[in-house]
Amino acid sequence: MRDKNKRVKFIIGCVLTGLVFIMMLSGIFYTPFDPMEMNPSTKLMGPTLSHIFGCDNFGRDIFSRVMVGVRETMLVAGLVVIIGTLVGTIVGTITGYYGGWLDEIIMRLNDAVLAFPSVLLALLIIGLLGGGRNTLILALGIAFVPSFARIVRGEVLRIRNLDFIQCVKLYGASDLRIIFVHILPNLKTVLLSSILIGFNNAVLAEAGMSYLGMGVQPPNPSLGRMLSEAQAYIFSNPLNAIFPGIVIVMMILGFSLMAGGLEK
Amino acid sequence: MKYILKKISTLIVTLLIVSALVFFAFSFIPGNPAVSKLGTQATPEAIENLMHEMGLDRPVVTRYFEWIGGILHGDFGTSYSYNQSVTSLLKEKIVITMLLSVMAIVLTVLISFPLGIYAARKSDSKLDVIITSVNQFIMSVPSFFSGIIITLIFGVALKVFSPGGFVSYKQSFVRCLGYLFFPSISIALPKIAMVVKLLRDTALKEADKDYVRTAYSRGNRTRAVFYKHVLKNACIPVITFLGMAFADIIAGSLIVEQVFSVPGLGRILLTSISGRDYPVVEAIILLLSVFVVVSNLIVDLLYRKFDPRIHV
Repeated sequence: MRDKNKRVKFIIGCVLTGLVFIMMLSGIFYTPFDPMEMNPSTKLMGPTLSHIFGCDNFGRDIFSRVMVGVRETMLVAGLVVIIGTLVGTIVGTITGYYGGWLDEIIMRLNDAVLAFPSVLLALLIIGLLGGGRNTLILALGIAFVPSFARIVRGEVLRIRNLDFIQCVKLYGASDLRIIFVHILPNLKTVLLSSILIGFNNAVLAEAGMSYLGMGVQPPNPSLGRMLSEAQAYIFSNPLNAIFPGIVIVMMILGFSLMAGGLEK
Repeated sequence: MKYILKKISTLIVTLLIVSALVFFAFSFIPGNPAVSKLGTQATPEAIENLMHEMGLDRPVVTRYFEWIGGILHGDFGTSYSYNQSVTSLLKEKIVITMLLSVMAIVLTVLISFPLGIYAARKSDSKLDVIITSVNQFIMSVPSFFSGIIITLIFGVALKVFSPGGFVSYKQSFVRCLGYLFFPSISIALPKIAMVVKLLRDTALKEADKDYVRTAYSRGNRTRAVFYKHVLKNACIPVITFLGMAFADIIAGSLIVEQVFSVPGLGRILLTSISGRDYPVVEAIILLLSVFVVVSNLIVDLLYRKFDPRIHV
C-alpha cells in the first residue's frame, strides 16, 4: 500500500517535471511567437487557438514567454543550488573533519545566517550590490550555503567517527585521501535529497524575488515578473496571471513529489 | 533565571554583530550618498557641505557608535530620499507588518493543530489521504501566487474585500484586520500544510513507541494516551518548526504585502533598496533581525517548558 503510493507519487512527479522540461528545452529552439515582440493588436487578448495562454499588456504571447521564463528560473535555481552545494560541502567538510576552534566560529556564524530568512538575506545583498540576474544568483547562492554546510558537517562528523575510517587511518592514509576517497562518496544520498529540496526552495526564492522586481530585468521574461505584471490587469484579464503561476506550481510540485518518492 | 539571563546576553551580542555588519557593509559600498542626492552636476563645495550636514565626513566607527546610541533613544537617523526621520517613516509600517505576521502565525496554529491531530488520529482513513494530498499541493504554491488566486476569488469574483483598499489600523482597527485576513491566509497556507504534515508524522511515529503500548496496557483510554502523552511529545519538533517559520513568515509578508498592496515594511524596503536610501534599509534589516532573534529566544524558552530534559 505504502510502496504503491510512493510509486504513484514518483510517477506523477516525473510527468509534471517532464512536461516542464519539454517546455523549457523546446523553448531553446522554437517558440510559437517571438517572446519579446510587442503587438498592439493582440494586447491583453484572452487565450485563443494560436495564443493558447493569451497575450500580455504589450501583446506578447504569454506561452512563448513562459517557455523562455522557465529556462531563466531553472538556470537561476540550478546555479544557486550548485553554489550552495559546492561551497556548503567545502565548508561542511572542513569544519566537520577538522573540528576545533575553526569549526566553532564558522558554525556559530553559520547558525546566525541560517536563522535569517533567505529572501531577507538576498534582499540585503541585492541592496549592497544592486539588482539584476547575476547578483540574484550570487545573493541566493550565499543564502543557500549555510543549510548545506550544516547538513554536510553533520554527516562528515558521523562518518569520520565510524570504524572503517579509524582503520584506514591506521593504514596511514592521508587526510586528503580519507576526505576524497572515503568520506565524500558517502555523502551522495544525503546530498541528493537536500539538492532536490534546495532546488525547490531556490525556484520559490527566484520566483519571489523576480516577482518583487529584483531578479531578471525586463524585457526578458521571468515567471515571477510575469505574475506581477499580470496583476495590474487582474480585473479584466485574470487568466494572464493564472498560467505562469500554474507553471511555477508544476515545477515545485513535480520536484517535491519526485523527492518524496525517492526517500526511503 | 540564570538561563534566561545567559540567553538574553547572547541575544544582545548577536544583535550588536548584526548591526555592525549591516552598518559597515553599507558604509563601504561605492557611491557617495551626498552626490546621489544632489546629482552629479553639484559643485564640490555643495557636496562637502551636505556631507558635513549628513555627518559623512567623520570616521565610520564614530558614526556607527552614534548610530547605535541614537537607536537606543529610538532615533534611526534621517532618510536620504524622504528627508524625514526614519523612526516616523517606519512607525506605522512596522505595526502593519507585525499585525500581518502575527495574524498569519495565529491562523497557522489555529488551523493546523486540529487538522494535524485529526489526520494523526484517523491515519489511513479517506479524509487523512485527502488531507495529505491537499497538503502536498498547497506546499507547492508560492504565497504570492496563492495571494493572487485569493484576490481573484474573494476580491474580484465574490467581492468580499476590495483589492488595494487597505484601511490603516489608525482609522479602523476592525476593518484593518478584516483586510489583513486575506494576505495572512496566503502567507499561512504553506505553513499550515507543513505543520499538519509534521504533526501527523511525528505523532504517528510517537504512537509506535514502547511507552505508549505500556500506557495502553495499563488500561488507559485511547484518547487520554493520545492527548496526554503522544501529542505532548509530538509538539516539541512542531514548536521548533513554528519558531523558524515565524522568521519565514515575516520575510514572506514582505512579498505578500506587494500582492495585496499593503503599505507595510515590504514596499518601503524595496523602494529604499532601489533608491539607495541606506538609513532606511539598515533600520528595517536591524528591526527584522530583532524580531527573528527574539522569536528564536521565545522558542528556546518554550522548548524548555515542553521538554524538561533539555538543559542547555
